[in-house]
Amino acid sequence: MSLNKNKNIFDCLIIGGGVIGCSIARYLSRFKLNAILLEKHSDVCEEVSSANSAIVHSGYDPKPGTLKAKFNVLGNKMMEQVCKELDVPYIKNGSLTIGFNEDDKLTLLDLVERAKKNGVDARFIEKEELHELEPILNEECKYALLAKDSAIVSPFELTVGFMENAMDNGINLALNSEVINIKRDEETGLYHVYTKNNDEYITKSLVNATGLYSDKITSLIEKPKYEIIPRKGEYILLDHFNQNFVKHTLFMCPTKVGKGVLVSPTTSFNYIVGPSNELTSIYDTSTDSFTLNEIKKVASKLIKNIPYGEVIRTFAGTRPNPDIDDFIIEESKENPLFFNVGGIMSPGLASSPAIGEYVSNLIQAKLNFEQNKNYNPERRKVLKLSSLGKEQYNELIKKNPAYGHIICRCEKVSEGEIIDSIHRNCGARTIKGIKKRLRAGFGKCQGCFCQDEVLKILARELNVNINQICYKDEGSEILKYPSKGE
Amino acid sequence: MNKQVDLVIIGGGSAGLSAAKSAYENGIRDILIIERSSELGGILNQCIHNGFGLHKFKEELTGPEYAYKYISFIKEKNIPYLLDTLVYSISSKAKEITYSNSEEGYRTLNYKALIFAAGCNERTQGQIMIPGERPNGVFTAGLAQRYLNIDGYLVGKNVYILGSGDIGLIMARRMKLEGANVIGVSEIMPYSNGLNRNIVQCLNDFNIPLRLHNTVTKIHGINQLEGITISDVDDNLIPIKGSEQFIKCDTLLLSIGLYPFNAMLKNCGAKVNLETKGAYVDQNLETSLDSIFSCGNVLHVHDLVDYVSLESELAGKNAANLILNGREKYDKVILTSHNENMSYLLPNEIKVYESLENILFSFRVKKPISRAEILFKDENDKVIKKFNKADLLPSEMVQLNVNNLPLNEINQLKVEVRAL
Repeated sequence: MSLNKNKNIFDCLIIGGGVIGCSIARYLSRFKLNAILLEKHSDVCEEVSSANSAIVHSGYDPKPGTLKAKFNVLGNKMMEQVCKELDVPYIKNGSLTIGFNEDDKLTLLDLVERAKKNGVDARFIEKEELHELEPILNEECKYALLAKDSAIVSPFELTVGFMENAMDNGINLALNSEVINIKRDEETGLYHVYTKNNDEYITKSLVNATGLYSDKITSLIEKPKYEIIPRKGEYILLDHFNQNFVKHTLFMCPTKVGKGVLVSPTTSFNYIVGPSNELTSIYDTSTDSFTLNEIKKVASKLIKNIPYGEVIRTFAGTRPNPDIDDFIIEESKENPLFFNVGGIMSPGLASSPAIGEYVSNLIQAKLNFEQNKNYNPERRKVLKLSSLGKEQYNELIKKNPAYGHIICRCEKVSEGEIIDSIHRNCGARTIKGIKKRLRAGFGKCQGCFCQDEVLKILARELNVNINQICYKDEGSEILKYPSKGE
Repeated sequence: MNKQVDLVIIGGGSAGLSAAKSAYENGIRDILIIERSSELGGILNQCIHNGFGLHKFKEELTGPEYAYKYISFIKEKNIPYLLDTLVYSISSKAKEITYSNSEEGYRTLNYKALIFAAGCNERTQGQIMIPGERPNGVFTAGLAQRYLNIDGYLVGKNVYILGSGDIGLIMARRMKLEGANVIGVSEIMPYSNGLNRNIVQCLNDFNIPLRLHNTVTKIHGINQLEGITISDVDDNLIPIKGSEQFIKCDTLLLSIGLYPFNAMLKNCGAKVNLETKGAYVDQNLETSLDSIFSCGNVLHVHDLVDYVSLESELAGKNAANLILNGREKYDKVILTSHNENMSYLLPNEIKVYESLENILFSFRVKKPISRAEILFKDENDKVIKKFNKADLLPSEMVQLNVNNLPLNEINQLKVEVRAL
């Protein structure tokens, strides 16, 4: 790579292309600087950020005074505007935290108090109002905390949106770049960052936003103050069979036994049921039948007849759960200009814009960048066919016929949209990349009808042979061996 | 003004093509076939093995050869068709559809009659909730077949197959012939779900083991499939602890069932048959929506294309009849039902009118029955017709053309299959 051969010295280097790293990159791009983000996978949003509940929590839950409370509440307030700027699906659907008995009622009333302290709009409601809001709930659902600022967002599009916008404003991205070593030159104070593919990057400031690996990455340069103890959450995803199955995000009132599970619509009107909460290893995102059945059992306390015939996928995500009960967002005391942003589990997604802004301001305060005069907070709109009227759609097809050719028939995604998603900044390179950005392959058939067509479009647009297209990372090439006839 | 066509056929696969040919032969000239992909023929194009056409043409054809018989007819008669065109919606009230393609854009079109022949989908890892990871290397058998037979690539060389559906069996042989190591096939049921001839010709002849009452209980590998765990299951199909076995493989093909791609009809208000997941139809294959017919795998999943053709010809003929002669007055509607040994029965209802002659019944049994009687009963359980049949299997759909039922005398029709 030419970046290090030129002895290019970056002002800032961010490790980790999850929603936090990408948000920091986006807010850093407000300044005039030379920055890069390194991501070990073939795309951004591959681990923690890609498999979670996709909720923009209102912020009633974190303990007052914690970083979680601060960034959650702030992030929730920023999110709607951010999603407008980045053209990311966002719906403020409100949440209901549901209680079943008198103990729960007391807990909910406590939570209403906590919400007040956090500055969050939350209200206790009785059964009648609750069942008016969500008629499908079981009779046993008696009370609830209504937080109307709770929202849902597409975590994939948010992360991609942050990174794309960062790149539009001049930040660099290096994919397939796993960091294996970091050294600080005591003389110059510069950080030398080494990747698995033998690249060296030199930077003035360094941000560790590596989610599950943040303690390990920190340990390359100093003793970390915390340890990540990954916890796994399994989920069941249902098809968009009915737009009004549930409207709110339904949480269960926390008890001594745990937090229960949630049932929520997603921004694509699928429905998500989960998560579990299990100790796990970093490399385990597997589901298991016992846990999935437990999730069903617990969720049946909220809604008796969830139509599991509509399941299209189960999945699991891992949370970077730190052994201290808060986010870690700070500059290192031993290594100046090394910023740790770790332990960002729930409500990390909700907090992401606030964390991005805060961390970028910390760096700016140290390095005094000029404002980026050309900074544009808006990402070029992502054309959604479903939002067009007949006339507009016909105009579009006349201009670009590829928009008339529908590739994914479950989610109605056209060739034109796929081509666009490849050629944007932070564009799709893989089958999964297309899926995350456009939902092609996300529907009921899970891509078994369109994967081959998506693959050919990717190969054509990226100008590579079809057997080089991967599902995810290197090693997941789909077309492995030519047949005898080739 | 919207364009108007007498007969719109959604789907240019075996069902749509057979329906088009039949409608043409029954006097309809103003036909439009709308096909989503870039070729007519549907799934037949990738089924390069033989075994098609034995019933219909009394000869053994490959899939493309079978399709060509119809495609050449369509081209010869200049029956119009659109390729790379997706139908978005059907409105049965306005008798119009919307579709889009690159050339015409987004269009609305009116029809007199419509045949919905959109085929079926394969069930996926997610739908049956196979536990484990979600790496590359897990494919539905049909997708792997397309990659191999159309694009010329194998998706892997160490292959395991879950489900003994026909596509899985065909792919076991196909991958083996291409030099892949086909390790085995697991079937959760105590019997195979594929045609017997496929078990013999695709597995036995190649020494590929078939494990019955066995299933995949875990998928390993985050980026690329590294292996699977298989387990035996008990009579309730629950995995038996201690029977787990790890199998190293780079490919898992799923042949775990097909389901009608019926969402569009359902969305426009058609009554759904909860057992087939296809449309609820009368004996003419007309759905609960006026002038909309359904046939082929989108109505119920077939195992032989020959039967898809026979059924679709009926739909084509009936649609033609409706367009040319209008609807014949019917005196009453008889509802049909089936007993516990059958997983479904078509048609769901019979409209009784004067010219009605024979009725095509289709059903599947739930479990293998070696000697069976098929009873047609009225609402008082009086037997009005009886057939004997041997070797009924869940994997083989039964079609019976029945005439002379005393429909005027009955108000309900119960069809029962009993083991002898």
